[in-house]
Amino acid sequence: MTEAQDMLFRTLADPTRRALFERLCREGEQTVGALTARAGISQPAVSKHLGILKQAGLVHDRHEGRQTHYSARPRALAPLIDWTSRMTGFWESRFDALEDLLKRMDQ
Amino acid sequence: MTETAAETRSIVVEREIAHPPERIWRALTQPHLIGEWLMKNDFEPVVGHRFALRADWGAVLCEVLEVESNRTLSYSWGDEELKTVVTWTLTPTGTGTRLRMEQAGFRPDQPRYYYGAKAGWPRFLAALEQLLARIG
Repeated sequence: MTEAQDMLFRTLADPTRRALFERLCREGEQTVGALTARAGISQPAVSKHLGILKQAGLVHDRHEGRQTHYSARPRALAPLIDWTSRMTGFWESRFDALEDLLKRMDQ
Repeated sequence: MTETAAETRSIVVEREIAHPPERIWRALTQPHLIGEWLMKNDFEPVVGHRFALRADWGAVLCEVLEVESNRTLSYSWGDEELKTVVTWTLTPTGTGTRLRMEQAGFRPDQPRYYYGAKAGWPRFLAALEQLLARIG
C-alpha cells in the first residue's frame, strides 16, 4: 500500500469522519455549524475531524466572513481506485455473461 | 492498458469464443439479448442512434458510432464528463471468433471516476466500510 492510500484508509477508518465526508459528497458544501447540527458531537470535535479530512485532501475549506464552508474533494480518493482495472473487471464479468448467453442461444 | 500520446487510457478485453461471429453479433446488437449479458437498453444498430444502458445504480448514455455487420460495432459510453468509446471487433477464427472489446478515452485526470458522486461514491464508501471492517 502506498503512503497516499495508507493515509486515506486511516483518515476514513473513523466512522465520524466517514459520515462527514459522505454528507459533503452527497449534499455539497456546508458550514461547520450545519455539519455540527447533525453530527451528534461538539463543534470543536467536528472541526478537528474536518482538519484531518483536509490534511488527507478529502475536503476543501473556504472562509467567508466568520463562517468556514467545507466541500468534498472525492478526487482525493483516486489513489484507492484504479479506475481502469475496475472497468476491466466489469468487462471480464460481462464477457462471462455473454458466453453464458451464447451457450443458451445454441440450444 | 495502454498510454497514448494524448494521455488517455484504454481497456482491452479479448477472448477466443467458440461461436460464429453471426451469433455473437446478435448478442451484441439485439436489445433483449444485450439485456441478458450487459444491461437493459433501447439499442438499435443504426449510426447516430442514442440509447441508454440502465442498471440499478443509474444509466450510461451512449450513441452508436459505427456498425459493420458481424465485424465491428462502436458506441460512445457515458456523458460529457466521462466520455469513452467502446469498440467491439469480431474476427472469425477456425473454431469460432476472436472477440475484442476496447474502451478508449479514459483521461487520468477524469474528475468523476465512478459515474460520479450520485451513483458511485456512496456505493464505493459502503464497500470501503466493509473492507475496513474485515481488515480491522
